[in-house]
Amino acid sequence: MHILILLLYILLLFTVVMLHVAYATYFERKIIGHMQVRMGPMEVGWHGLLQPIADGIKCFFKEDIIPENVDPLGFRLAPVVSLTAMVASLAVLPFAPGWVLADIDIGLLFVFAMSGLAGYGVILAGWASNSKFSFLGGLRSMAQVISYEIALGLSLVGVMLLSGSLNLSTIVEAQGGTFGGMYIFPQFIAFGVFFVAMLAETNRVPFDLPEAEAELVSGYSTEYSGMRYAIFFMAEYVGMLVMSSLGTICFFGGWSGPFAVPYFPALWFVLKVYAFMFVFIWIRATMPRYRYDQLMELGWKWLIPLALANIVLTAVCKALF
Amino acid sequence: MFIPIYFWYSAFVIVLCGILAISLRNPVHSVLAVLVLFFHMAGLYLLLQAEFLAAVQIIVYAGAILVLYLFVLFLVNLKEELKLSAFVPGVWLGRGIAAGLFVLLIWMLPSFTSGIKGNWPSAAVSQAGHTKALGGELFTTYLIPFEIAGLILLVALVGSLVLAARIEGEQSGRSGKRDQNEHPALPPHQEEVQP
Repeated sequence: MHILILLLYILLLFTVVMLHVAYATYFERKIIGHMQVRMGPMEVGWHGLLQPIADGIKCFFKEDIIPENVDPLGFRLAPVVSLTAMVASLAVLPFAPGWVLADIDIGLLFVFAMSGLAGYGVILAGWASNSKFSFLGGLRSMAQVISYEIALGLSLVGVMLLSGSLNLSTIVEAQGGTFGGMYIFPQFIAFGVFFVAMLAETNRVPFDLPEAEAELVSGYSTEYSGMRYAIFFMAEYVGMLVMSSLGTICFFGGWSGPFAVPYFPALWFVLKVYAFMFVFIWIRATMPRYRYDQLMELGWKWLIPLALANIVLTAVCKALF
Repeated sequence: MFIPIYFWYSAFVIVLCGILAISLRNPVHSVLAVLVLFFHMAGLYLLLQAEFLAAVQIIVYAGAILVLYLFVLFLVNLKEELKLSAFVPGVWLGRGIAAGLFVLLIWMLPSFTSGIKGNWPSAAVSQAGHTKALGGELFTTYLIPFEIAGLILLVALVGSLVLAARIEGEQSGRSGKRDQNEHPALPPHQEEVQP
């Protein structure tokens, strides 16, 4: 009986997240459209509201093309690995008090482990496609993920030190539910590092070198079409959701807000996550792409030393006061 | 009920992936087999309540070390396979020796005795939380060995940087200083993009 309820929760979470992914694309197209003084999708439904559904159906019924010289196992496996890894991280995210599938003690490490695994999807896609563009995209992604994962992990060590826990629910509770208790104030350096590393981890503009369309066609996903391509897309948007949630949990007090909302305690969490998503899209609409050596320089010479300095500073402050 | 099934499943997959990793012809497929192996090993750690170790196993081995292996595989040209002359004459002789070794190991198994019980049986670990237990022990009881291991790693890190810089400098006549600044994992074609 317990397992059945758990399965029901998993199904519910998965459905909600997939709907979110569909409408995040709509959200993105509308926002970028309005930022560029155009309307965005308008044709399907009122103000294009049914556009994501139409896109989904289109991708689902497209012919599944597998090019002749690909590595069949890797080519089929890559999108699945990407999506599975990202969706698995959802299990440990606390959306509201008690609204978490697996309240494990190493929640934060679990998210890191899964985001590291998601890199394999991209690398594998790049290699298995047997195409120059895909391969270059895969290589870039590999170097980028390794470099920025270090910065991402180190930036959150300060949060771990302050809260004394790796459990995401405990981290939220340790922030006390007040405005002044949010870790963004004592950990502002860490938040800066986290934010940049988060953009790089999710392969978003200005760090979208693995799929730089001006030079690599579409990078690692060049040879993919139809539903397999859509799965990569879903993985990217679930990744954005996971990273936004992680930022909300670790720096902005998670589910706590100015007043408790009856029936839907996750409201503040969702609002904060959507503010994050808006910034993601805002950056995409306004920033040019980094050059590759600049990307590496930023990661290794700025973010990692800054994150290390923040750890030392936090530890010293915690020991003194 | 569930735990023995899970153990035997993990053990089976670990052995299977180990065999696949050395027998597959495509090196990238071998790396993927090792990736699956690491995940099942993390699963075994979870059975022993060692959740921190399980997470670190995936983050460090799967997320970093194996990715670097892939990097090497991708950038080293493996068009022609390296053929080594066999160490033992005849395939079946080699297999016979391996099987004999296996039987010998199985035969030794009953003489295995578990060591004395420490302060941390798995019940105590799961009560205190594995991360807390491990951290406490590592930074109090085993502080000196921990620091020594850290120092050795640092020496290895500096040593590898020095070695890499010297070889680059001799080959292409560049100044060693610039090469030291570069990340060693950068693919070679990216080095040319320096401003």
